[in-house]
Amino acid sequence: MHDPGAVMETEAILRCSGLSLAYGTAPVALSGVDFAAPAGVCVGVLGPNGGGKTTLFRALIGELEPVSGTVESPRCAVVPQTERSRLDYPVSALDVALMGALSRLPWWRRPGRAEREQAREALRRVGLEDRIETTFGDLSGGQRQRVLVARALVQDAPVLLLDEPFSGLDTASAEQLEALLRALAAEGRTLLIATHDVDQARAWDLVLCLNRRQIAFGPPSTTLTLPVLEATYGAELMTLPDGSVVAPPHHHHHKH
Amino acid sequence: MLSSIINDIVDPWREPLLRRAFAEIALLGVAGGTLGCWVVFYRLSYSAESLAHALLPGLVGAALLGLPLLLGGAVGILFAALAVAWAARIGRASSLIDRETAVAVVVTTLFGLGVLLALSADSPPGLNGLLFGDVLGVSDSDLLLAGGLVLALGVVLGLGHHRLLAVGLDRLSAPALGLSAVRADVLLLVALAGTLLVAVQGLGNLLVVAVLVAPPITARRFTRRMAPMLIVSAAVAVLGGWAGLYLSYHAGIAAGASVAGLLCLLALLSVALTRSPGSGRGARSRARRPRTSPAPRAG
Repeated sequence: MHDPGAVMETEAILRCSGLSLAYGTAPVALSGVDFAAPAGVCVGVLGPNGGGKTTLFRALIGELEPVSGTVESPRCAVVPQTERSRLDYPVSALDVALMGALSRLPWWRRPGRAEREQAREALRRVGLEDRIETTFGDLSGGQRQRVLVARALVQDAPVLLLDEPFSGLDTASAEQLEALLRALAAEGRTLLIATHDVDQARAWDLVLCLNRRQIAFGPPSTTLTLPVLEATYGAELMTLPDGSVVAPPHHHHHKH
Repeated sequence: MLSSIINDIVDPWREPLLRRAFAEIALLGVAGGTLGCWVVFYRLSYSAESLAHALLPGLVGAALLGLPLLLGGAVGILFAALAVAWAARIGRASSLIDRETAVAVVVTTLFGLGVLLALSADSPPGLNGLLFGDVLGVSDSDLLLAGGLVLALGVVLGLGHHRLLAVGLDRLSAPALGLSAVRADVLLLVALAGTLLVAVQGLGNLLVVAVLVAPPITARRFTRRMAPMLIVSAAVAVLGGWAGLYLSYHAGIAAGASVAGLLCLLALLSVALTRSPGSGRGARSRARRPRTSPAPRAG
């Protein structure tokens, strides 16, 4: 792929400048966010739980107003975690992909034939042409994740925000998804991929490290140094005997 | 033999009183059966029951003052909604009582107040009608009102179908799809309030929830998509409700209770006798499998 650093300043389609974010009157959740991403790259967004990955995404879709600083972004589509959606729900893969058309329709319009065709096309694009009528909850985790990618494609946004897309996937599904994401970037889309996994992030064109503030941004080979990883993950970071660095297994508070 | 069966089926339709009851049940069945599917998937069943019970003081108050029941019901439901919202808030903020306990206390208080008013010396007879409904006593204007409800729900649920579906699948992603979860909730609660208000006169304060909650449970066992589920649920509500009317006619038992009882019996039987859709290879088996990497919290 081309060198993202060189084109960044001239061709950036997504830019955050001096961005600080907070929820209501709560203390600032994320500050000092300063980065620009060109079209056609995958950006790994790295950080611990509560580090600000989801908060940044909320600002990019306009759900959260900045406390200070600016966001310049074209329309963004979000690919949420599949674990959040209900599996007992009476919808097909096509129904879910079709939901992506709603953001472009006025409230009195129901999705029609054209939107259905777009949704089918998006499902073909993610390799699920034989699962179009399958119940969403009956699909595997990887397939559900790809249905949600298809839904974002139907939204037809130049920027895709993916929230931990690889969590819970087996190796084969993860490789399939990774190939799909690279192909989508090659078509000119910019992808922001939130992840816990440092090794996963090394595979992308650029990485953005967040821990309640921006720690670093740049190509992974020069950016993911030990001091940066330590600042991103704090004291939780572990160094293995072979010299590789591992982020801690993440602990979660489940909300039921 | 055959002619006696036909007579059993046709007889009730010869009486204008029962013809109106059949029409009222058909309209309420369509309204309750369809809206009920959304109520169940949005987990609003408890809210529906709370509102239905807590609007009793409004109905009794109207009966005491000689005002239209619809007006009393409207005031009652508005007051009940505010009280329930307040109780839920107290419950959330307090460490002593949980939200559902707080709501239960408020609802029971309001219901008790309604009964107290109804049992006072100067109350007109008819508490039974308010509690258990009077489906055999519906007037033409009641039918017109129920017809208007079906039309209004048809427009609202028809236009909102895909958006309600999207919000229900994953509330947190709604803003990313340009949708508002709060707007979906308000839409459903207003539709619910309107339906309770109209249906409570036919089915009564205690039984009205049956037509909202029971048919979707039955329909869910036999359908795998939302649109067919809405249709099956409405059909179950109408046919089950009519069967309840026949039962009440031939067995000489209370009409509202027969309708509600039969709808609930159908729901119980369908749950007991069928496997849930997808339980074999689908959702349930996967939900039980331990996750390799659990869902991270919002960061």
